[in-house]
Amino acid sequence: MTPADFTTALPEFVLAIFAMGALMAGVYTIKDGAASLILWATAALFVLLAAWIGVGGGGERAAFGGMFIDDPFARFAKVMILLSAAAVLVVSEDFMARRDLLRFEYPILVALAVLGMMVMVSSGDLILLYMGLELQSLALYVVAAIRRDHAKSTEAGLKYFVLGALSSGLLLYGASLTYGYAGTTQFAGILSTLGGEVPLGLLFGLVFLISGLAFKVSAAPFHMWTPDVYEGAPTPVTAFLATAPKVAAMALFARVMFDAFGAIPGDWGQVIAALAVASMFLGAIAAIGQRDIKRLMAYSSIAHMGFALIGLAAGTAVGVEAMLLYMAIYVAMNVGTFAFILSMERDGRAVTDIASLNMLSKTAPLQAMALLVLMFSLAGVPPMLGFFAKFSVLNAAVAADMSWLAIAGVIASVIGAFYYLRIVFYMYFGKEVEALDTRMATVPWVMMVAMSAAMVLGVFSLFGIEGAAALAAQTLVR
Amino acid sequence: MENLLSIITFLPGVAAAILALFLRGDDAAAGRNAKWVALIATTTTFLVSLFVLFQFDPSDTGFQFIEEYDWIFGLKYKMGVDGISVLLLILTTFLMPITVAACWTVEHRVKEYMIAFLMLETLMLGVFCALDLVLFYLFFEAGLIPMFLIIGIWGGKDRIYAAFKFFLYTFLGSVLMLVAMIAMYVDAGTTDMVQLLNHTFSSETLTIAGFHIVGGFQTLLFLAFFASFAVKMPMWPVHTWLPDAHVQAPTAGSMVLAAVLLKMGGYGFLRFNLPMFPVAADHLSLFCLWLSAIAVVYTSFVALAQEDMKKLIAYWSVAHMGFVTMGIFAANQQGIDGAIFQMISHGLISGALFFCVGVIYDRMHTREIDAYGGLVIRMPAYALFFMYFTLANVGLPGTSGFVGEFLAMIGTFQVNTWVAAVAATGVILSPAYALWLYRRVIFGDLIKEALKSILDMDRRETAILIPLVIMTLYLGIYPAAVTDIIGPSVAAMVTNHDAAIEAARAAAQVVQN
Repeated sequence: MTPADFTTALPEFVLAIFAMGALMAGVYTIKDGAASLILWATAALFVLLAAWIGVGGGGERAAFGGMFIDDPFARFAKVMILLSAAAVLVVSEDFMARRDLLRFEYPILVALAVLGMMVMVSSGDLILLYMGLELQSLALYVVAAIRRDHAKSTEAGLKYFVLGALSSGLLLYGASLTYGYAGTTQFAGILSTLGGEVPLGLLFGLVFLISGLAFKVSAAPFHMWTPDVYEGAPTPVTAFLATAPKVAAMALFARVMFDAFGAIPGDWGQVIAALAVASMFLGAIAAIGQRDIKRLMAYSSIAHMGFALIGLAAGTAVGVEAMLLYMAIYVAMNVGTFAFILSMERDGRAVTDIASLNMLSKTAPLQAMALLVLMFSLAGVPPMLGFFAKFSVLNAAVAADMSWLAIAGVIASVIGAFYYLRIVFYMYFGKEVEALDTRMATVPWVMMVAMSAAMVLGVFSLFGIEGAAALAAQTLVR
Repeated sequence: MENLLSIITFLPGVAAAILALFLRGDDAAAGRNAKWVALIATTTTFLVSLFVLFQFDPSDTGFQFIEEYDWIFGLKYKMGVDGISVLLLILTTFLMPITVAACWTVEHRVKEYMIAFLMLETLMLGVFCALDLVLFYLFFEAGLIPMFLIIGIWGGKDRIYAAFKFFLYTFLGSVLMLVAMIAMYVDAGTTDMVQLLNHTFSSETLTIAGFHIVGGFQTLLFLAFFASFAVKMPMWPVHTWLPDAHVQAPTAGSMVLAAVLLKMGGYGFLRFNLPMFPVAADHLSLFCLWLSAIAVVYTSFVALAQEDMKKLIAYWSVAHMGFVTMGIFAANQQGIDGAIFQMISHGLISGALFFCVGVIYDRMHTREIDAYGGLVIRMPAYALFFMYFTLANVGLPGTSGFVGEFLAMIGTFQVNTWVAAVAATGVILSPAYALWLYRRVIFGDLIKEALKSILDMDRRETAILIPLVIMTLYLGIYPAAVTDIIGPSVAAMVTNHDAAIEAARAAAQVVQN
């Protein structure tokens, strides 16, 4: 390890050392009493790292002999991951504290998961990819089951573990096939072997890799774990699962496809397009029957992953840019929505039935208005930013001569609009029933209002996010 | 004033934001304040929009009052009006204060009601001013949100079904347009509508999955836009959302829906389908003409069978929109002049008619035709107004209803005699059901117990209808007030349209030889 390697991966080292240090401090000193402090410290570190990575050095660097890549694409994804993880952490404090779930392990596990994600998006090698992925996944399995005395939470953790292990197996199998036929695990090496006829074994490896990654982004037909895990896990954990890991997995997906298989976009483009169509329609149709808002959001995120995959399927720089912007807007919408969902309570007890939103506009007009904006944004109705997210991926699809994909996308979005509208319907035209508690802790309230304001005000200016995404996409797609 | 159009467009929206953020309380006083704020905002918007009308130069067939700024995602924010859109803009600003005054009796969640209408006005004005594809789509689609809420919160008994049907039906119609817009963007490399109007999209025959598509790319784009605007318009057979939405919507909601929202479809045809895809429009014009003629006759018969006044007027609107689409796809000067004239005239008259229904609905809380009869005895002033607008709507010469219908039919007659002949039967059917409706509601003996104490219109209601009477009479007697403004732009559009078709034919000839 040279000093240059060390400086390139410095943010990761800082985070790893912080996590270890916090773990030691937690175990040997005041235990759960410091949980709140550790949580805020972790969130603050996330924001600092995001600022550091975002503002800091440009250019592209590789470390550890090409295994670890630091380029604008990785940095864009890392900033998104860190900020969304920080947002979810601070939003969840009140919820966890009032249910006695605020253990000091929680922020540390989140920090370790985020570390895994940062390694994932920076990986330039199948081995490092797997290491990052497993670090992330193992931490996530544990947080999903953090509510040990609760059957559903435990079930969620176990289900997530079993299916996650299966997907890791698929991924590993794909990685070994790829290694066998390409003779190297480095992405750059794999790319250089892809001249002329592509060996069948390598294609098999590619398909298995895609399957494993599709599990992680919960694209249909590899989505089965999502609704159950979303429902069973404590709501803040669900919020976390819906945001940062999705960004990381999607960025990793793009990284593998372009860095390792960029020479054969036609081969994987078709597979991803099929995944995208299946996800969009499954997410849109299956959510119609859902009454539990967490399950509904699970299907919603499946549909959204389908849209983001459209950008990837296009196989162009415009497509990757659209995918990154889509993920950024998706994360913002989900943070805002989950900030509300984890505050849904009646008489102090959490409820997740969408019918409990009846006439929220009467009892809590501002919350209802903010949720209305978020729902229309999720449905992709202009003028909210969610529309521009859809517009950019559809644009990429049409530009890449995949108009059929764009048409399938818009039809799915109409079907999907129904269940978002139904939430608005409950809030504004529903029956008068026993109302939800209007109390909302300050941080979730601020986060929700800020995110919904961003969905409207973002239409006027995106503060240079587009430029950063375009730069990130150009470094990935050459 | 540099940004006149933006000021007009966003003024109501700003007023809505002020209401949402600063008006506290839920009592009657807060409601009254909200109404006054809305009335002042819409009236100011109307007065400011008069500057546009007076400074507009009809002899210039290009776009005027242009504003252009950079926007997110590499798009442009571009506004401007020409002879086709300027009067629709004025129509909207003129009708909105009247609409706000028409909801003065609403007492349920007044603040939100006013916010919804002000937002709606901003979005409707944006549609007529936008000169960028995505900006247009944004305003066009976003209008669904306030209308969904207006129907859903303040509507009638089956309001939820109607609100969902309205939203999803029109949403499905317009998403295909979104894909087409993106395809245009990719093809032409710009979303600027002024440049797109000068861009020629390929019209060579395509073969997709064994189907030969005459007119090629243009036909596909035309059909995608057609799907959106035909639903919005609405044209037969995709009109079924309209009666449901109208019946369930509150009075003011129906007024805006009939008077302005439907016109977005017609405006879309004139802005996109005809000038941007001339070859496809030429191929498909006969199809569109027949759809329009069927709409006129079919919905007239359906209207005959209605028991609900609002539903009857809703079907009547579909029939009138049939004349509009007929005039548009006749694609000649008279036809398009007639179509635009009919849109403006229908905006004034249908708004008034829905308000007339609202007047007696406020008193009796029913729209069943059978629940009324003999109103002339207790409500002579109402009977007079209702008579006037009924006759105006069936196209009595001297009112604005006549001019539009007549011009549209002259235009169509030059293109296809049979279509014009079939549509002309609608001119006979329309008085049949209109006058029958009038007889059943107004004349006859006053035998219904509940009606014996009904009161005539008060000053507010009269004051709402009088400007509409004046405008419909003025336009009926002096139609040149409209045609002088729209004429040059329409003439330029027709010339370009014919030239584009000629050019395509010549190109096809060259290929054949």
